[in-house]
Amino acid sequence: MRDPEIRHPHPAPPYSALPHPLATIRAGISGFPSPAEDYVGRTLDLNERLVKRPAATFFMTVTGDSMIEFGIQDGDTLVVDRSIDARPGHIVVALVDGEVIVKRYEMIGKRPYLCSGNSQYAPIPLANLDCQVWGVVRSVIHEYAV
Amino acid sequence: MIGLVDCNNFYVSCERVFQPRLEGLPVGVMSNNDGCVIARSNELKALGVEMGTPAFELQQWVNQGRIHLLSSNYELYGDMSARVREVLEEFSAGVEPYSIDEMFVCFDGFDAATTLALARTLYRSVRQFTGIPVCVGVAPTRTLAKLANRAAKKLPEFQGVCVMHADGDDTRRLLERTALGDVWGVGRRLVERLAIQGIETAWDLRQADPKAIRRRYSVTLERTVRELQGTPCIELNDASEPRQRIMTSRSFGRLTGELGELQDAIRQHAQRGAEKLRQQDSHARAVLVFLKTNRHWSDLPQYSPSVVVELPEPSDDSRAILAAAQQGLEAIYRRGYRFMKAGVMLLDLVDANREQLSLLDTPEREAQRERDHQLMAALDELNGRMGKGTVRLGVPRQNAAWHLRCAHRTPRWTTQWRELPSAKA
Repeated sequence: MRDPEIRHPHPAPPYSALPHPLATIRAGISGFPSPAEDYVGRTLDLNERLVKRPAATFFMTVTGDSMIEFGIQDGDTLVVDRSIDARPGHIVVALVDGEVIVKRYEMIGKRPYLCSGNSQYAPIPLANLDCQVWGVVRSVIHEYAV
Repeated sequence: MIGLVDCNNFYVSCERVFQPRLEGLPVGVMSNNDGCVIARSNELKALGVEMGTPAFELQQWVNQGRIHLLSSNYELYGDMSARVREVLEEFSAGVEPYSIDEMFVCFDGFDAATTLALARTLYRSVRQFTGIPVCVGVAPTRTLAKLANRAAKKLPEFQGVCVMHADGDDTRRLLERTALGDVWGVGRRLVERLAIQGIETAWDLRQADPKAIRRRYSVTLERTVRELQGTPCIELNDASEPRQRIMTSRSFGRLTGELGELQDAIRQHAQRGAEKLRQQDSHARAVLVFLKTNRHWSDLPQYSPSVVVELPEPSDDSRAILAAAQQGLEAIYRRGYRFMKAGVMLLDLVDANREQLSLLDTPEREAQRERDHQLMAALDELNGRMGKGTVRLGVPRQNAAWHLRCAHRTPRWTTQWRELPSAKA
């Protein structure tokens, strides 16, 4: 019954020299960043930067080349947030005919389209199409071979 | 007021989040080891497929492409359950998981209009943020919240959200339409006894005299009557009926971040849970382990993880359950947090007597199973006679390699980097 792979996506707490790192930051309630923030001695955590709402954030792998002009390449990892309502200009993960695709949501004229970042692919008009937004892409991670 | 948020066909819904093609199709989730149906989509229910149906009986439909059967993916279900809870915690300070797919949510301090608005927000947000459809029932007591949730699920006019007040014509109409067997904690035998007395609906029971009920039946049923009348008196761990899931948890006397202390607590909870399992003649298929920091100490870092570990086969053996629980704890424990509560939940229970033998069974396994059974019986007898905790298990046994049959398990979309879903660009 050993399954050494069981892991939980929740991050370990960042290393911290202070006993209560969160309290220090939250001191700046007024809307301005707390002046203390820059001096909190702890390691930066990418989760904090990229994952705004963990419960609604999912990772996906990109296949295909239709989004290269938007900096999304084959094999990249998308950080997808389902808690955001899609607006024109957002890069979205959408369900079209049961398929999961990543495109840019745009209004051309007054009609909605899913657009590619590659001139070889024409915009897909959303009228008369069974399309559902699955989530909004907040960032894309591209890893280089080193 | 207390709310009950119940995920619709939870395991199937988890699969559909990542396989939208399965939307609207008859889908079943199978247990990995004994190969029978443990979760069904509405479409599969409509075909008359019952819980516990063995996979081979459905093979023909699968071959014809009429239905879709998947192996269970407990890592996914555990992660999605934690996400649902996290969303609920954004809106309420008091969230108590009741099972992997049901959570009680505290609604105290809101007026009627705000309560309804908040219930609708939960309904919408969980669906949007996690992809899991839920129903929300809110009422003054847990027993009524269960019924409100049921109404929200079954009656289309509620559109998934039902707020039930203690009095009022709506409540009366709903209780009159509710059969006794659908009331929380009222088992089949009680239904028969009450029917003789002319008590047939939830409304009849609500109209009964609690004291007379206590004399004739039990304190537990008296509590149910009071709960139906709108007076909260059932806590989460109270109900004494055989249950679909068993939970054992306790708050620590003080916050602790020590792995050793957590291990001790989890060990106790796992053993206690296994005992309860044997008392009600059930086997569990999976073990959920959770930890909780204290949300009221907002100056401390918060982390309330949970994880589901599947058992190699349905079991009531303390050692197997303990091993799984410890494995789960190791997976979620992080240093640097101070925990208030730890607990173990036993999931997807099957009747021990009706359980099917695994295809992997050999006479040796059978003999081993019989010896294990005797050992556990001896353990329970000693603890029963000499007091709880007389005989305890120490280090969990590591099982030999098991070969899980999970040929149709979907990828672990949310817990393994190598198994992420893909999006076509």
